[in-house]
Amino acid sequence: MKVFVNGEPRDLPEAASVADAVAAVTDAPSGVAAALNDEVVSRSAWAATRLTEADRLEVLTAVQGG
Amino acid sequence: MPAGADGRDPLVIAGEEFGSRLIMGTGGAPSMSVLGEALAASGTELTTVAMRRVDPAARGSVLDVLREHGIRVLPNTAGCFTAGEAVLTAKLAREALGTNWVKLEVIADERTLLPDPIELVDAAEQLVDAGFVVLPYTSDDPVLARRLEQVGCAAVMPLGSPIGSGLGIRNPHNIELIVEAASVPVVLDAGLGTASDAALAMELGCDAVLLATAVTRAQHPARMAAAMRHAVEAGRLARLAGRIPMRRYAQASSPFEGMVKRS
Repeated sequence: MKVFVNGEPRDLPEAASVADAVAAVTDAPSGVAAALNDEVVSRSAWAATRLTEADRLEVLTAVQGG
Repeated sequence: MPAGADGRDPLVIAGEEFGSRLIMGTGGAPSMSVLGEALAASGTELTTVAMRRVDPAARGSVLDVLREHGIRVLPNTAGCFTAGEAVLTAKLAREALGTNWVKLEVIADERTLLPDPIELVDAAEQLVDAGFVVLPYTSDDPVLARRLEQVGCAAVMPLGSPIGSGLGIRNPHNIELIVEAASVPVVLDAGLGTASDAALAMELGCDAVLLATAVTRAQHPARMAAAMRHAVEAGRLARLAGRIPMRRYAQASSPFEGMVKRS
């Protein structure tokens, strides 16, 4: 299954979750948030939220700014 | 001394007290250690960060620097061009950082980084409705500041001049008009170049100052941060002290009576 994580196409196994996709780009235990197709998915729901073909997942954290 | 006469009365935003009236940004610092030294020297208690896609190669986090210095984090929506982008970014920041405070920025173009007033008010309204404490970066337009207050923003943050320009406060009269009308704190945000700019903001009656570039891109960031800290305190004190009116002609400070007479 192909999904877009932070704009990059990634091949993930069928039934992969948001948690799986996040783990592919960061191992930070906190300070990270994810939005699936423009809707925030709370961290507590990452493991139970399944991805489907062509989903767009954004994974953000705080950086220097402002 | 009357209450607050020492210039150390707390800044209160949305019921939360801050001992420092200098809000810092973190953009532009050459390293995390330089940033940490500057933030410590500034005495700030509230500091902005931006939200971006995670970089798997990133080393060290700005969040660690803030935590180390006991500084509260204020996420921003820098780089957003539409209300929709800003609202999503604020919600991601709330989820990632566990705060419902947001410095709302919705810019119109990359050349001026000036706020887009239509998108800004739309985003502010949506975020207030969603339970956020919204601190909007706005132009120095008294009418727009009033609109932002009316939709429930917890402060208004007019620019002095464009972000990162160091041009100081281009329209002090408008800043005074905003201060006169506002019943929420006014934070002078953006464009300050040096300490006298920060002092002027406070003398005009602003409740606080928010700056980043003036410190982080100074030749000696920690030294400029200390200068800004003193300038904000001095400007606040001067405001509370009540300056003398400006006069067209001189007014002698020494008496004319009892002058020596030559024969």
